[in-house]
Amino acid sequence: MKASSLALVGFGVDGWGRLLLMAAGLTLAAALCSFAIGAMLGTAGAVLKLSSVATLRWIGTFYTTVFRGIPEILVVYLFYFGGSLALTHLMHLAGFPGFFSLPSFVIGVLAIGLVSGAYQTETYRSAYLRLERGQVEAGLACGMGRVVLLWRIIAPQTLRFALPALGNIWQSVLKETALLSIIGLVELLRQSTIAAGATRQPLLFYGTAACVYLVMGQVTGIGIRSVERHLSRYRGR
Amino acid sequence: MQPAQSPPMPSGPAPSVITAQKLTKRYGALEVLRGVDLEAHEGEVISILGASGSGKSTFLRCLNLLEVPTSGDLTVLGERVRFRPKGDGLRIADHGQVNRLRSQVGMVFQNFCLWSHRTVLQNVMEAPIHVQGRNRHEVRDEAEAALARVGMADRAGYYPSQLSGGQQQRVAIARAIVMQPRVLLFDEPTSALDPELVGEVLKVMHDLAAEGRTMLIVTHEMAFARDVSSRIVFLEQGRVRAQGTPQALFRGGMDERFDQFVSHFMRQG
Repeated sequence: MKASSLALVGFGVDGWGRLLLMAAGLTLAAALCSFAIGAMLGTAGAVLKLSSVATLRWIGTFYTTVFRGIPEILVVYLFYFGGSLALTHLMHLAGFPGFFSLPSFVIGVLAIGLVSGAYQTETYRSAYLRLERGQVEAGLACGMGRVVLLWRIIAPQTLRFALPALGNIWQSVLKETALLSIIGLVELLRQSTIAAGATRQPLLFYGTAACVYLVMGQVTGIGIRSVERHLSRYRGR
Repeated sequence: MQPAQSPPMPSGPAPSVITAQKLTKRYGALEVLRGVDLEAHEGEVISILGASGSGKSTFLRCLNLLEVPTSGDLTVLGERVRFRPKGDGLRIADHGQVNRLRSQVGMVFQNFCLWSHRTVLQNVMEAPIHVQGRNRHEVRDEAEAALARVGMADRAGYYPSQLSGGQQQRVAIARAIVMQPRVLLFDEPTSALDPELVGEVLKVMHDLAAEGRTMLIVTHEMAFARDVSSRIVFLEQGRVRAQGTPQALFRGGMDERFDQFVSHFMRQG
């Protein structure tokens, strides 16, 4: 039993190791894409929420309220089924009968990215508010235009303040990719379920999956903390 | 300290560097500036004095458009700053113009405002490279020279948080002069410093004045203003209450309110 357990999660002929590793790779890829989409949406959301125009602030608030307020699994469903229905409808209009579905990776990553973006919006917004006004004024006083000011002064300083919270958001994005298993993406959880069913060894495979999630989270966490230390080097505290 | 030497002047008045006409600034119901006129000529060292709330810092910040005046005219380096009306105030009409003018007007802040994520040398090199678009290697030499000028060459690799306030302010001065500005604005440059650090900053400013640089200084350092300025401008409640040479004003009897203000400060100091 022991030997066969090892063989089952290993990389031999009977082993699921290769498939699990590929699935873990897909999980990591989905998490990276979701987080990157979230970073873009979060930046845009923060700009909206910090705007002096009331309508733009309202749009930003609407976005963060909605996507932080409804369950993520529901967002994934809405995107998957809603997106597929819309696509099918469009294809019918264009004269192609039948049912069309969108690739689950794209849909899933968009859905999780949107939710992550809502959380990142708050992170960037509060980090920006911590920026000392003098840091920006010193840039303005030298004649910096908006783009230079943003890239040379505001972005690096905001990122430093945002990084601890971004680390947490990254960890939760990594876990939330498990939701993509429900729309048919064979990521780590889905692959483990398949293997558990085929071998009737659920504990073994779910336990393995749990360890892989933990390892991925810890390793990336170490990376984020070292960036954090690098960006804090000038703080002297 | 010895009085700063004026540079050799050509005959006739020196060209105007900054001209403010009827400048007002209002925040809601609060009128901070109620029509300030000032013409600063090349080579002048003008100290702007006044009690807190007299509008002196706001006025200085209007000169490089960190504050946009509510009304009035502003000419900087021969260019009239273009505004457009907005509500019952003004907005900057041409940000390109303002950025260009700002790059020729150095500013030193009360709280130093060095960029905390950049080293001393990087702080000084930042604007020449990223605003003036100049070559990194040639800028580096000039930045090091500017740091040497303020006695901070040996701290080039430090971060601002590792320096004392006086050292940070000297770096901020180097950051301003490396741009070779036509005029330097100082907004209470020693007010945030511990008393024992004030002298090192005033010394650098004194040397800059002696070079014949055009400077506008908002300060509470009465002795410094008296010894270094070519002109004193005394603001009260958002208006120029009195102005003249330090000799004329500090002798007393020219303006009653100024005399009260000075004696108040001398008692405190």
